[in-house]
Amino acid sequence: MTGETATTGGMLLEATGITKLFGALRACDGVDLSIRRGEIHSLLGENGAGKSTLVKMIFGSLEPNAGEIRWKGQPVRVTSPGIARKLGIGMVFQHFSLFEALTAAENIALSLDKTTPLSAIAAKARALSNEYGLPLDPDSLVGDLSVGERQRIEIIRCLLQEPDLIILDEPTSVLTPQEADKLFVTLERLKGEGRSILYISHRLEEVKRLCDRATVLRHGKVVDACDPRRETATSLARMMVGAEVHAVARAASAHAADAAPLLELHSLDRAPTGPFSIPLKGVSLAVRPGEVIGIAGVAGNGQGELFEAISGEALQPRAAMVTIRGKQAGQMGITARRLAGAAFVPEERLGHGAAPVMRLSENLVLSRHATDGRALIGRAGVIARGAVEAATKRINAAMDVRKSAEDPEASALSGGNLQKFIIGRELDRSPAVMVVNQPTWGVDAGAAARIRQSLIDLARSGSAVLVISQDLDELFEISDAIAVMHNGTLSKPMPIAEATYEKIGLLMGGAEPGHVPHDAMGLS
Amino acid sequence: MRLQLVRRPQHSSLMAAVSPLIAFALTLIIGAIIFIAIGKPPGAALYAYFVAPLTEMWSLHELAIKASPLIIIAVGLSVAYLSNNWNIGAEGQFIMGGIFGSLIPIVFPGFQNVLTLPLMILFGILGGMAWGAIPAFLKTRFNTNEILTSLMLVYVAQLFLDWLARGWLRDPQGYAFPGSIRFPPAATLPEIAPSQGGAHYGLVFALFVAVALWFVMTRTLKGFEVRVMGASPRAGRFAGFSSKRMTYFAFLLSGGLAGLAGISEVSGAIGQLRETISPGYGFTAIIVAFLGRLNPLGAVVAGFVLALTYLGGEAAQISLGISDKLARVFQGLLLFLVLACDTLIYYRVRFSAGRKAGEAA
Repeated sequence: MTGETATTGGMLLEATGITKLFGALRACDGVDLSIRRGEIHSLLGENGAGKSTLVKMIFGSLEPNAGEIRWKGQPVRVTSPGIARKLGIGMVFQHFSLFEALTAAENIALSLDKTTPLSAIAAKARALSNEYGLPLDPDSLVGDLSVGERQRIEIIRCLLQEPDLIILDEPTSVLTPQEADKLFVTLERLKGEGRSILYISHRLEEVKRLCDRATVLRHGKVVDACDPRRETATSLARMMVGAEVHAVARAASAHAADAAPLLELHSLDRAPTGPFSIPLKGVSLAVRPGEVIGIAGVAGNGQGELFEAISGEALQPRAAMVTIRGKQAGQMGITARRLAGAAFVPEERLGHGAAPVMRLSENLVLSRHATDGRALIGRAGVIARGAVEAATKRINAAMDVRKSAEDPEASALSGGNLQKFIIGRELDRSPAVMVVNQPTWGVDAGAAARIRQSLIDLARSGSAVLVISQDLDELFEISDAIAVMHNGTLSKPMPIAEATYEKIGLLMGGAEPGHVPHDAMGLS
Repeated sequence: MRLQLVRRPQHSSLMAAVSPLIAFALTLIIGAIIFIAIGKPPGAALYAYFVAPLTEMWSLHELAIKASPLIIIAVGLSVAYLSNNWNIGAEGQFIMGGIFGSLIPIVFPGFQNVLTLPLMILFGILGGMAWGAIPAFLKTRFNTNEILTSLMLVYVAQLFLDWLARGWLRDPQGYAFPGSIRFPPAATLPEIAPSQGGAHYGLVFALFVAVALWFVMTRTLKGFEVRVMGASPRAGRFAGFSSKRMTYFAFLLSGGLAGLAGISEVSGAIGQLRETISPGYGFTAIIVAFLGRLNPLGAVVAGFVLALTYLGGEAAQISLGISDKLARVFQGLLLFLVLACDTLIYYRVRFSAGRKAGEAA
């Protein structure tokens, strides 16, 4: 597969002195990185450390201002992703580049040469998806697929091109433990085939387990290189952050089990909205003051639909299906539900939780214009700029949002920093009910710890918190009880003292509670 | 050598301001080439087009008369376009405004007092709103493409006006010529400075509307709602805004303003209802809206620029014998180049030597 013999000491890729400037910001500053043939190499770093910028330059979506990239010993200029693919570099992005109105197979076809017929691509994709344990229907519309399923398209699209180097950006953030295990098997197998993998992840346990070498970036510079198998998760985190990362502190929940629930769902049904959308079937749940309830589940089992139903972006047929602080809210829109005391953080940050081309201060108005009408909006609907800017500053300080300008557009922030802002925007209201979908997807360790701690603190101050997440570690870390969403139904919440990864994992795969099938790990 | 577009990390606010000027300069250059191609002296022709109308007081008044309806319509269209509602039918809404407002002096010729004019203006606005409400209803109810419906309703309105002006509303003493009675003074929009020229109070409406909507768009929650719904509809729904209500708002506002422009034109500039009352103001205003960066204050400047092409077309026909259709060529060029130059806001142009990328592969 690699047409030439290796004469360069087994180095597949060597990047030296890579520098990238964005205005005055040195996103990458003299970075050296070398990847051997047949190794899994980890790139570690906090949000904004320059990981994404670096891999974009290797993949040709950005051009470095200085530095040299050698590929199989030859100096190359990777000026476009097309050239990178021709060289044998494939990439699976954290933010997918897929067209929602096209099918999975059509999306794959777009990145291949134009002569291959669509049916052949679909067949090849189906074969690969079976071979590598990545279940996918090539004929389904991307718009109807969950985040996890979209990721599989990206991975398969990448594998179809038979790359020598595969770059994976936060690949496991949307997978169940069992799915992640399968991905690791896939990756080990690719490594065995002689391919190299550049693996970007903030999950240190995973990096320790999987990777042969690690390069650690901080503020655009390489601060360390190590063998992650010889490090501990704590020592890796210290290299990344440059300081100790505090573990999330969770005091025993002090809530009274008999307190009246602040958020209740009563046999919530929702008809499917599209051909691949999941109908909700009789979802019931109560979240009491002081409590964090987690909802686990494999991507695309109705979590998005559930979030929209609770937030009021989709209304219910009967008002009694959703109650917020005792108020029947099923027929209320999102503004009325907010006024009843609830706050919402959706999964998609850009385009749903925040308007990308608008400034942070404007994005504050987005979700707070009704609940804080008196403070933020003056007479005749004039926005009180001073108050809005002061509140934005307060939130940025409280959540340690790092940004390049005083009041940047939302799209200029890294994913983790934008998420801290969006969560902080709602926490700043001290809502009685907080519903969050995927609170830390693609967020680095430091920011994720801060977000999780803030959710626990909110609950301990007497609010009801509902967290929908595909990250089981996260749910075990913060929840008082975990319920599992499968195919539009919700299991009974399992108190955290009884819950284990295995039990939750089985429910995620669709097993009845109390019933353990023989091939317990067979989840595909 | 090779020309490359490089995406800017953040959009350039300098280019956002300068790109219409670049577009205008390119229009002049291409215009000069066209004049050379048809054998006219380019210097004299450009002078006749773009400078001569500015040298005399009466023609400045004419400029204001032509600019006022363009500005009033374009301000409404800017808001509609920002909200992602593509009203292409302002021409029809302009005509319906003219018809509705004219009904008062034509049907009730005896009703002449201080209320006549305000009532006409109110009817004009309502006429434009009613015509604009049709595509809004079709879009929200049946998911019909508003570009097509609003455009097709223009032709309905034009034929309806033609029919009225030759039939029901024709002046009985008009020797069977099409056109209504001439409006009495109480139904005529007065001139601002009658001793100097014919500019009427439509100009005041235009400036007032532009400033008012600039304030709404930049300072108020309503303006924020418009911008969010246009830029990021899902985030807008998350904010609790309704896209259906926004569609109605956009069409009623832009339709109502087109109606205001229509009745101002009929009452102030023409003085009667004729079978045609617009030289395409409703379409030209689309160019004005974009040349003005969809900013109500920008529309004021852009309105005068486009008005100049109308006047210049007439002037060049008289002084150099160039077809006044060339004015349309200039308008089209300007819109095309404005949209093309907007690329500069998000991309940098880079000239690089002929080295081809990726030869190492």
